[in-house]
Amino acid sequence: MSLITADHICVRFGAEEVLHDISLTVRPGEIVTILGPNGSGKSTLLRALLGIVPAAEGRITRQPGLRIGYVPQRLTIDRTMPITVRRFLSLPSRVSDAQAGEALARVGMAGQGHEQMTTLSGGQLQRVLLARALLGRPQLLMLDEPTSGLDQPGEAAFYRLIEEVRAETGAAVLMISHDLHVVMAASDRVICLNGHICCEGTPRVVSTAPEYRALFGLGTQGALALYRHEHDHAHEDGPHHHHHGHDHSHDHPHA
Amino acid sequence: MIIPMLDDFLVRAGLAAVGLSLATGPLGSFVVWRRMAYFGDATAHAAVLGVALALATDLPIGLGTLTVALAMAVTVAGLSARGWAMDTTLGVLAHSALAFGLVAVSFFPTVRTDLSAYLFGDILAVSRGDLALVWLGALAVLALLAWRWQALLTATVSEDLAHAADIRPDRERLVLVIALALVVAVALKIVGALLIAAMLIIPAATARSFARTPEAMAALAIAIGAASGIGGLALSLWQDTPTGPSIIVVAAGLFALASLRQQS
Repeated sequence: MSLITADHICVRFGAEEVLHDISLTVRPGEIVTILGPNGSGKSTLLRALLGIVPAAEGRITRQPGLRIGYVPQRLTIDRTMPITVRRFLSLPSRVSDAQAGEALARVGMAGQGHEQMTTLSGGQLQRVLLARALLGRPQLLMLDEPTSGLDQPGEAAFYRLIEEVRAETGAAVLMISHDLHVVMAASDRVICLNGHICCEGTPRVVSTAPEYRALFGLGTQGALALYRHEHDHAHEDGPHHHHHGHDHSHDHPHA
Repeated sequence: MIIPMLDDFLVRAGLAAVGLSLATGPLGSFVVWRRMAYFGDATAHAAVLGVALALATDLPIGLGTLTVALAMAVTVAGLSARGWAMDTTLGVLAHSALAFGLVAVSFFPTVRTDLSAYLFGDILAVSRGDLALVWLGALAVLALLAWRWQALLTATVSEDLAHAADIRPDRERLVLVIALALVVAVALKIVGALLIAAMLIIPAATARSFARTPEAMAALAIAIGAASGIGGLALSLWQDTPTGPSIIVVAAGLFALASLRQQS
């Protein structure tokens, strides 16, 4: 019944174990968010589920014929390639102009199909990536920090859009976020990751879990403290060395 | 009597140049997008070794170059997938293959004098049979690229997006590698081993500034390649210059013009 299942997977880059003994399942229609500090293996986990990086141990099973819409954290198209937004939406499956226009309107990019991909801002690029993912009529949307290029109102609108899509199409969503309070509102289930799964459950359960509080260095402060988490968090209970296996960096205002 | 004969070999040469650009336009665009320029060089240089091996074994030259170019391309693609330092690896492989080829070819006295034909091409000596091979090879490459077009483009834009759409980037890379070996085998006679990579890259790079989509760039690269071929042929006849380099000189001239226009 599950769309995708990871069964005790480990991912290694050379001798380094980036992900240790991860098991998770995404069922139809649910929104699952993966939270974790930088270098905790969030992107790697998504990439492992997609088969981009191989799992050294464990198994990943997808429902046969599963349609996945993937929105990577960033996309760098070589400047030597001329490609319009409209053309990009037809990769790898060709879509009609009407479908493309509708998808662009949906993400707030109506009428911008003629723009070159290489001239888009980060936020525009992310919305185009989402439009492309939606055109594949996905049963599962996988979003890697989908709001990192957006400002705060844009972020809130983005999550509303995701909820709408889920409500309309029944697509499940597995996303990575560092944006704690929005995530808490928008998710059915939260998974805290730091090389291994620290804790998981409904937002309410996770937000009170000691592992979660340890992971994000939360004391008894309010919501703003959520942004105060240590990036170089080290776990006391594990011998794993967590490494930046991917090159993202997001700077929160340490207010 | 002389004029119809002249027409004939010139027509053959012109047709060969146009046929070749049908393949080098789209393939060259991928070479540019994927930054495989040096990779094209390595494959082309290996073709000289293929010439030597074909002479030694009495096999058709086209078969020899195709085989060695394919072996080289597959080796390089395999090594790059395993994360070798590519510029060093390619440098060693490409130039070794070229050097071994040149040394080996020198053992065949009849070919020795004709070595420049393999290095710089000999388009004016293209026979009917050669012409048929050029067009068959070029159309095969074109068909291969057209068949895989969407998957190739997706994998070129982003290997991650390709994976997510159940496209295997390594398989698409192999398609390009096979196409490259075919083009090398076909182009050896026309522009020669040293300048095949130029024929791939320069028309595509020229087309870049005029195109808004990948398809437009590939189509324009075909047109620019064909124009360079015919222009180079004319230059070569007029000034009695080696034809292969003349074709590249014209292509480079068009590139310079396009760059100037872009800046103004």
